[in-house]
Amino acid sequence: MTMRLVVIGNGMAGIRTVEELLNMSPDTYDITVFGNEPQPNYNRILLSPVLSAEMSFDETILNSFDWYRQHNITLHAGHAVTHIDRVKRFVSTDDGMQTPYDRLLIATGSNPFMPPIPGIDLPGVIGYRSIADVQTMLAAAQTGGHAVVIGGGLLGLEAAYGLSLRGMQVTVVHLSDCLMERQLDKTGGDMLRKALIKRGLTFLMAHQTEAILGTGHVTGLRFKNGTEIAASLVVMAAGIRPNIALAKSAGIHCERGIVVNDTLQTFDPRIYAVGECVQHRNQTYGLVAPLFEQAKVAANHLAQYGRMRYEGSQTSTKLKVTGIDLFSAGDFHATDDDEELLLQDATRGIYKKLVLRDNKLRGAILYGDTMDGSWYFQLLRDGTDISDMREHLLFGQAHLGDAGRSGAASILNLPDSAEICGCNGIKKGHIIKTILEKKLFTLEEVRAHTKASSSCGSCTGLVEAILASTVGGDYSTQSSKKPLCPCTELSHDEVRNAITQLSLHSIPQLMQTLEWKTTDGCAKCRPALNYYLLAAWPDSYQDDSRSRFINERVHANIQKDGTYSVVPRIWGGVTSAKELRSIADVADKYAVPTIKITGGQRIDLLGVAKADLPAMWHDLADAGFVSGHAYGKALRTVKTCVGSEWCRFGTQDSTALGIRLEKMTWGSWTPHKFKLAVSGCPRNCAESTIKDFGIVCVDSGYEIHVGGNGGIKVRVTDFLCKVGTEEEVIEYCGAFMQMYREEAHYLERSAPWIERVGLSHIKQHIVDDANNRSALFARFLQSQANAQTDPWQEHANGKEAFEYKPLATIEG
Amino acid sequence: MTASRIALGHLNDIPRQGARIVQTPTGEIAVFRTLDDQIFALDNRCPHKGGPLAQGIVHGTQVTCPLHGWVINLDSGNAATPDEGCVNRYTVDNEGGLLYLNIY
Ligand SMILES: Cc1cc2nc3c(=O)[nH]c(=O)nc-3n(C[C@H](O)[C@H](O)[C@H](O)COP(=O)(O)OP(=O)(O)OC[C@H]3O[C@@H](n4cnc5c(N)ncnc54)[C@H](O)[C@@H]3O)c2cc1C
Ligand code: SF4
Ligand code: FES
Repeated sequence: MTMRLVVIGNGMAGIRTVEELLNMSPDTYDITVFGNEPQPNYNRILLSPVLSAEMSFDETILNSFDWYRQHNITLHAGHAVTHIDRVKRFVSTDDGMQTPYDRLLIATGSNPFMPPIPGIDLPGVIGYRSIADVQTMLAAAQTGGHAVVIGGGLLGLEAAYGLSLRGMQVTVVHLSDCLMERQLDKTGGDMLRKALIKRGLTFLMAHQTEAILGTGHVTGLRFKNGTEIAASLVVMAAGIRPNIALAKSAGIHCERGIVVNDTLQTFDPRIYAVGECVQHRNQTYGLVAPLFEQAKVAANHLAQYGRMRYEGSQTSTKLKVTGIDLFSAGDFHATDDDEELLLQDATRGIYKKLVLRDNKLRGAILYGDTMDGSWYFQLLRDGTDISDMREHLLFGQAHLGDAGRSGAASILNLPDSAEICGCNGIKKGHIIKTILEKKLFTLEEVRAHTKASSSCGSCTGLVEAILASTVGGDYSTQSSKKPLCPCTELSHDEVRNAITQLSLHSIPQLMQTLEWKTTDGCAKCRPALNYYLLAAWPDSYQDDSRSRFINERVHANIQKDGTYSVVPRIWGGVTSAKELRSIADVADKYAVPTIKITGGQRIDLLGVAKADLPAMWHDLADAGFVSGHAYGKALRTVKTCVGSEWCRFGTQDSTALGIRLEKMTWGSWTPHKFKLAVSGCPRNCAESTIKDFGIVCVDSGYEIHVGGNGGIKVRVTDFLCKVGTEEEVIEYCGAFMQMYREEAHYLERSAPWIERVGLSHIKQHIVDDANNRSALFARFLQSQANAQTDPWQEHANGKEAFEYKPLATIEG
Repeated sequence: MTASRIALGHLNDIPRQGARIVQTPTGEIAVFRTLDDQIFALDNRCPHKGGPLAQGIVHGTQVTCPLHGWVINLDSGNAATPDEGCVNRYTVDNEGGLLYLNIY
């Protein structure tokens, strides 16, 4: 029999839980939802844009009445649950309806705090919580007059700004002398106040309300200091209180909120609770992001998967007042143990403050330029050691603004026609429109619907900033732990650890042991798992060609017309007349339409038909060539200059060293592509400082540089160390590649890997620890023993021949 | 092309979690074999920008296009949400391991 689930509270957390549940397990329950408000579930966050007339109420509806019908959900909108009978297991409403349950979900949200002062019950005194409150404000605004907002926090300021746009005169009364003191310090608060005064608001700071005046309707306020002020509308925005009255009356354990454990269960195991009404690990939340995380976990347990835990959230705040860019996260009141980094530029209206402790970010306030908000938030959540990026930390993620966008001080200043995602040609206006139309909350959703930032990812920061300024934040899973793909909850690192700890040796065995949610994974996890298994068991793992991208399966690069490009390996970029002649012969024989010299000093034969590949490889192999792996997540090329052999500046034989390195490293699989270069002197003609591993020869030896990248995000290498001999270069190279192979996530280039783990971490394990270095090097050589077989030769000799031949041909 | 039934050979000529193509005068048809030996046939043209679906990674009853990663449902030919588009599909009869493609 299907079980009965009753949901109390038709709001954001409750319905999000239902949606997650329907995704995971659509048929487990008969679902009934009770909602006090007569509307279907709407996006409460967007009440302020409705108030300020930037949006209509209909645009904020998240689930229409039709949605409930389509999913067979019984909705009682406009009915409050007044009683829970936990013994007989039913709920009853104000009008006497009784509904039995097997599982109950309480998601009653919170109420505006109404301080117990005289006159608080007068008509014209309201909170700011629901569309009904907005309607009251709009009605008041019709007649004009003076509105007073009590509370200069996030909600109060949004209400005040909206009311003033609607033509009311607005005064904000605030208890402390700093606006939004829970999100801002004094400097930030003052800047904000000045900006809002310019927009026409009036402030009474450090004022405490003593009484609300009036008979029959509010007429004014009196403060503790004896002064009075007239008002035809009073909005109380002095905080919120979890709505726990119902749960408490049913004997469910409550403190400030309804107390729940990591599975969002209350003390009654049949009853779950999510949203602003709950208290988890002594913490209550008033923002959507954590509630959505709770929703996911609660749904997982309601669906009886019983796998996930909610471990609390860190939150960030974004003020949704048009034209004001404000972001804050974490704890930014520095104590004696903390350090502060400050940037203040009054003319540009920019203020940034970062609070650090033990080289980790604890808090951030950004005013005027919030472009880097999501980056800082990520560093904060992940507890990233920032010592290596300390110098430029305050100036933001340096490579965020590539492609000429770095000039835009703020995302708000970009016109709708600005191209955000260069790869997919997506414009700002389109992203905003899609976010609003499709009701998107997370970066993942925006990616899926618009394709923005889904290719190279360099515009991720911009897209996050647009998302934040449109709906007030990125509501993705806020934990630092990112699942490898939708088939699992486990992260890259957890999967890698499991492979060695549980001795997993094949993809099917891994998926079964780690309870993959799909039978055979997806295009995201299978190549990653194949790589991790190969890296873990280089001697025994059977490579799974079905889990490789087409390029690695047929050992050539697929081009946009479906033909392939073939790049033979040319050791260190040094070739001979004989070699060139045989390449020319092959090109003629297969009528290659385009021949190009690549950036890595190799020759690219473009436009080869798939069916010709094996024969072509056969001919190339006969001429002594092996695969150049230009298609793989593998060692690509070693670029060299002519060095001391020919160049008058050369200090060492960079060419010979390059060839030696390439002979050692070719054929190795890496998390992403891997490039080397050797320059004969600091003039650096081989561009060593934008390679994954670059050597710059000097008179006294060899400088080793790592983590460079010449692609979308240009990144200059970090200097690792200097060594005296070629032998040492060889050992460092092998050790570095092996560490990268063992630690980086699949599809993570060496540059982001180094930024993630920190250069010090790498120095510590490779430069400072000679034993570890030689152990890494030994493991590298060991896995190379199996890797250096030429895939072209194998395929020319008939391996996986079916790849190149049609199954059947139908004549016309 | 007139309606016809074409012998494709044996199930085992297609790798599990893989695909082979059938060349026709009007273009290529991709014939997929899933992990559990279901067979599906679709035009070998991704609804996005014509990518060769036969070269994608096959998972469950879906294939991920090798060019830009759209996911296509093999049973319906429809792109998985949120992408929108669909590709023509054909039925394949499996008679004791021998495969026949129906074109109409
Ligand atoms: C104006 C405004 C702006 C905001 N801006 C932001 C922002 O920018 N970013 C952000 O992250 N968050 C913002 N928030 C907060 C966010 O809206 C809330 O965190 C979120 O809505 C809480 O979800 P919930 O489901 O817990 O509560 P709610 O969404 O309030 O849902 C609770 C529902 O339960 C109903 N209910 C209560 N008791 C009963 C009962 N006994 N029987 C039946 N129904 C009952 C209530 O009527 C309500 O509909 C804002 C909130 C407001 C009011
Ligand atoms: S890097 Fe130095 S040695 Fe090499 S070619 Fe340039 S100038 Fe000559
Ligand atoms: S062509 Fe298939 S995803 Fe673009």
